[in-house]
Amino acid sequence: MNTRLSFPRGLRVRLVAAFLLAAAFGALLTAGLTFQQARSAILERTQDSAVADLRTQLDSLAPDLTMPPSNNDLRDLTLQLDRAGGARAWRSSASYQGGDPVPASPDAPPVPRGLRETVRDTGEAAYERTERDGRPWLSVGMPVAYTHDPTRPTSAGKLSGLTVYASFPLDDDQADIAALVTAARTGAIPSLVLAVIPALFAARSVLRPVRRLRSGAERVAAGRFDTRLDAEGHDELADLTRSFNTMAATLQKDDAELRRMEAGARRFAADVAHELRTPLAAMVAVTEVLDEDAASGALPADTADAVRLISEETRKIARMVEDLMEVSRFDAKAAALDAEDLDLRAIVSKTLRLRGWADDERVRTDLPTPVPVHADPRRVDVVLANLIGNALRHGSPPVTVSARVEYGKAVVTVTDQGPGIPGDVLPHVFERFYKADAARTRSEGSGLGLAIAQENVLLHGGTLTAGNTSGRGAVFILTLPLAASPQEQR
Amino acid sequence: MARVLLIEDDPAVQKGVSLALGRRGHDVEVAARGETGLLALERYRPDLVLLDLMLPQMSGLEVCRRIRESKQVPIIILSARGDEIDMVVGLEAGADDYITKPAGGAIIEARMKAVLRRVAPAQDAQEAIPPAGAEHYGDLTVDRTTLVVTKHGAELALAPSELKLLLFLTAAPGQVYSRQQLLEQVWEYVFYGDVRLVDACVMRLRAKIENHPRRPVYVQTVRGFGYRFGPVE
Repeated sequence: MNTRLSFPRGLRVRLVAAFLLAAAFGALLTAGLTFQQARSAILERTQDSAVADLRTQLDSLAPDLTMPPSNNDLRDLTLQLDRAGGARAWRSSASYQGGDPVPASPDAPPVPRGLRETVRDTGEAAYERTERDGRPWLSVGMPVAYTHDPTRPTSAGKLSGLTVYASFPLDDDQADIAALVTAARTGAIPSLVLAVIPALFAARSVLRPVRRLRSGAERVAAGRFDTRLDAEGHDELADLTRSFNTMAATLQKDDAELRRMEAGARRFAADVAHELRTPLAAMVAVTEVLDEDAASGALPADTADAVRLISEETRKIARMVEDLMEVSRFDAKAAALDAEDLDLRAIVSKTLRLRGWADDERVRTDLPTPVPVHADPRRVDVVLANLIGNALRHGSPPVTVSARVEYGKAVVTVTDQGPGIPGDVLPHVFERFYKADAARTRSEGSGLGLAIAQENVLLHGGTLTAGNTSGRGAVFILTLPLAASPQEQR
Repeated sequence: MARVLLIEDDPAVQKGVSLALGRRGHDVEVAARGETGLLALERYRPDLVLLDLMLPQMSGLEVCRRIRESKQVPIIILSARGDEIDMVVGLEAGADDYITKPAGGAIIEARMKAVLRRVAPAQDAQEAIPPAGAEHYGDLTVDRTTLVVTKHGAELALAPSELKLLLFLTAAPGQVYSRQQLLEQVWEYVFYGDVRLVDACVMRLRAKIENHPRRPVYVQTVRGFGYRFGPVE
C-alpha cells in the first residue's frame, strides 16, 4: 500500500494530479476573465472622468483665448489647466493648427505621436495609455471647437484648430488592479489546496473497486474459483466487476467439471480392477493345479503348452490388477504409511533375501555404515525390488545397491552397467504405462512399477530420481528421511 | 490335512479355492452365505474358517464377530484389497490373518498352516526344554504346556493369533519387537505384511488381558518401533 503510494506513476497520483490541473485551469480562467473585465472597467471610468474634467476646464478657459493664439497664449492656457487639474495633477500642453504642443512646464511628458495623429485625423477626443519611468500614464487629446456664439453663427461647432493634451499617471488605478491580482491569487491557492480533498475522494472511489478486482484476480489465480466480488452501482467498474464474477463462475464450473471427469476416470480404473479381481481370484487359485498337470506329462503336449500359457498370463493379469489397485489407492490418497525407525541396510538385505538375490552374483551391495531411517519397510521393499528388478531386466550386471547418509538424508542408489536411459525417455520413466517405443514388446512388468515406486517414496516425503552415470548405465537415486533420533538399531 | 469351511458367495471363487485346497489334500466345505456358514460351523466342526467379507445379507464382519463369541477356531479373511477398511474392521472383530485376493493355492495353504500351528516357530526350539510350569505376570498366568492363560484364576478365551502373540512376547519379557518382526515370527510372513494385522491383534489382546486397555501394562507400545511385554512389577 505505502510502496504503491510512493510510486509516482500510481493511479492515485495520476488521478489527483489530473484533478488538481483541472481545478487550477478553472481557477486561472475565472480569475483571468474577471481581472480583464475589472481592469478595463476601472480604466474606462478613469478615462471618461478625465475627459469630462478636461472638457469642463476647457469650456471655462477657452472662450477667453484670443484667436489665433500665440505660443505664450497657449502656455498660459496650459498653466491654467494644470492649476485647475487639482487632484488629478495632470500635465497639459496645447497646440494650434498641428503645431508642436506647448507644455505648461518643461518637464511635462511629451505628447505621444500616435495620439496627435488620431486627434488630427478624427477631430474628436482620444486617449492613449503609455508607460513612462515604469509607471502607466494616460494621455488625453481634445480638439477645441467654437461654442455657439450668437455673433458668429456660422462658426458654431466648427473646430478652432486648437488641441489640448493632458497626461497624468495612473498610479491609483495601478494599485486597484494590483489588488485584484492579489485577490485572485489569494483565492486560487486555497481553492487548489481544498481541491486535493475531493480529488483524493474521487481517486479513492475509483481505486477501491480496482483494488478489490486485483485481490479477487489474485485469489482466482491461486485456484480459489469461488471468489465473487460485490458489484455496486452502474459505472464501468461495476460492469468490469460483474464480468469478473462471470469469468470466475465459468472457471469454477469448468474446474469442477474437469475434476469430476478426472475423478470419474480414476474411479473407473479402480472399479475395473475391482471387478476383475473376483474372477481372477478363482483363476489364480487354480493356476497351480494347471501347472502341476502341465508338468505331469499326462496331457497332450500342445494342451500342456496352452495350459501353461493360461497359467502364466493369469498370474500376469493378477499382478497388473494389483498394481492398478495400488495406483488407485494413491490417487484416492488412501495409501497408509506405517513408518518405524530402522536401519535401511536391514531393509536392503531383507529385500535381496526375499527376492532371491541374496546370493546372486549380479547384485552387489555397498552398505558401509548404519543408515537409520524412519520408513515403512513394506513400501521401501516394493521400491527397492522394483529398482533392482528393472536394473537386472533393462541394464547389465553387476547391479550395485549402495546406502549411506548424506546431507541429513538417507540416500540409496541403484546403478547398473547397461546402456543407460535414452535422453528422450528419461523425463518419462515415472509416467504410468509409459513405453519408450510403442512397438516394443511387452515387458515383464505392468507398466506401473516405477510410478508406484515414486508414489511410495513421495508418501515418505522422500525423492526418487533417474539419471545416467558418468560412465555408462542407469542410476536411480532414492532419498528417505532419517530417523528422528539415533537409537539402537538391529 | 485340515478341515476348512469356506464362506464365500462367488461360485467361481468357491470352486477355484476348493479345487486348489482339495488338490493339496484338505477337506473343504463351502457355504455361500453367512447364515449357512454359521450352521455349517456347528455341523462340520472345521479346523479353520476362510471368510470372505463381501457377503450378501449377513456381512463377513458380522459372521466373524458371531464366531468369536463362542469359538476359538482360526479365522482367515479372504480380503478383496479394495475394502481395506473392512479388512481392518474384520481383524478387529477377531480374525487371525487375512489373504489378499487373488491368491494361489500355495499362499492360502501357507497362511493356513501358520495359523494352525499352536505356537510360534521361534518357540518350537524351546519345546525341547520342559517348561517350568506356569509363569506369573501380575494378575496373569501363562501355562506354556497346556496353552492356557488365566487372569485372576479365570481362563481367558484367546483367539489363536492372540494366544500365539502373547506366548511369543512373554517368552522374552521386556524385549522389543518391531511389528514386521512379529509378523515374521507369529504370523510366519515370508514377505512384508500389513502391520495393521499386528495392531489389530494387540488391541484385541489388550481388551482381554489388560485392566485398562488404554493404559496397558502387559503389552506395551514402544513408540516408532513396536511392542514389548512388560515389564510388570
